[in-house]
Amino acid sequence: SKNSELIPSIKLRHCCLLRNQRCLTAYLYDRLLRIRALRWEYGSVLPANVRFHMCAEEVQWFSQYKKSLASFMRSLGGGEGLDITQDMKPPKSLYIEVRCLKDHGEFEIDDGTVILLKKNSQHFLPRWKCEQLIRQGVLEHVMS
Amino acid sequence: MSDALSDAGSDVNQDETQEDVMTPAELIAKLEEAWLNEKFSPELLENKSEVVECVMEQLSHMDANLQRVKKGDAKASIHRMEIDRIRFVLSSYLRSRLQKIEKFFPHVLEREKSRGEGDPSLLSPEEFAFAKEYYANTETYLKAVALRRMPPNLQTVDMLKAVPEPCLDSFVFLRVKERQENILVEPETDDQREYVVDLEEGSQHLMRYRTIAPLVSSGAVQLI
Repeated sequence: SKNSELIPSIKLRHCCLLRNQRCLTAYLYDRLLRIRALRWEYGSVLPANVRFHMCAEEVQWFSQYKKSLASFMRSLGGGEGLDITQDMKPPKSLYIEVRCLKDHGEFEIDDGTVILLKKNSQHFLPRWKCEQLIRQGVLEHVMS
Repeated sequence: MSDALSDAGSDVNQDETQEDVMTPAELIAKLEEAWLNEKFSPELLENKSEVVECVMEQLSHMDANLQRVKKGDAKASIHRMEIDRIRFVLSSYLRSRLQKIEKFFPHVLEREKSRGEGDPSLLSPEEFAFAKEYYANTETYLKAVALRRMPPNLQTVDMLKAVPEPCLDSFVFLRVKERQENILVEPETDDQREYVVDLEEGSQHLMRYRTIAPLVSSGAVQLI
């Protein structure tokens, strides 16, 4: 009968432990969701200051996630592949004016011409080619 | 669009081995329908991988046609825009699906595992692989970081309980494509009673998703 007196306390303790487990996993999972968002925002290479805030297991999760995503994208359309991290916004115009924010070296566009992306230079380039560079902060869309 | 597509159209139609051969315009209309439905539905819908594959074929044809056109031709930029638009819709559709797969990953996998033999599949084989990898990746992470340090009886998390299910009672806007009669609307609160509505063709409504879910999969209504 001594044991049965303890049962409510055991139950209470178990509830507390379960709640703690839930809080912890919720916190950790929320971090994962933010890290997942980074792949879609920044691309597959994370800026150093962001990586600094991630623990080793999170870096591992991110690396596995981007691998899964990459093989999924490669397999689309019967092996043709489609990068669905591009075309995030409906296309408004064909060409856009961009300003280069940092030196990025040479950049080739579809008809073969090579553009030198030097800091502060401005170019009139096809929109779909610039999307990723704009998101990475290399180019800036100039809207006059 | 018809110029670039009329070449591509005949190629696509010849390659079609299924009974219903679609014109390019019909194919794009189907893509847009699937895109809107997926965007506005609270749960993951049936996968339309045949549409996805056909659209990608279409895009390659259009791209190939464009390469042959003289540079600087005015038509070329219009065709280019069309290709960009279609690619946007396709990417957006696939992204919507991926987001829902990630958001509801244990439930999606459970639904796929427990569906009957003849039932249409929810996930394409690639999406299924992605979902499984996502599950395994997340489980491994949680185990490594937290769960293995917990008391022995707390070292697992029941994902089906931990991850919320899609809210099927959320309201959606829809347009009726085929007239429906006697749709039963369940009461939301205890003091309401269930009632029956007829949906006229072309009419638009705001209803709970749960009520019209089967009509979305059959194509009788279009979410907007």
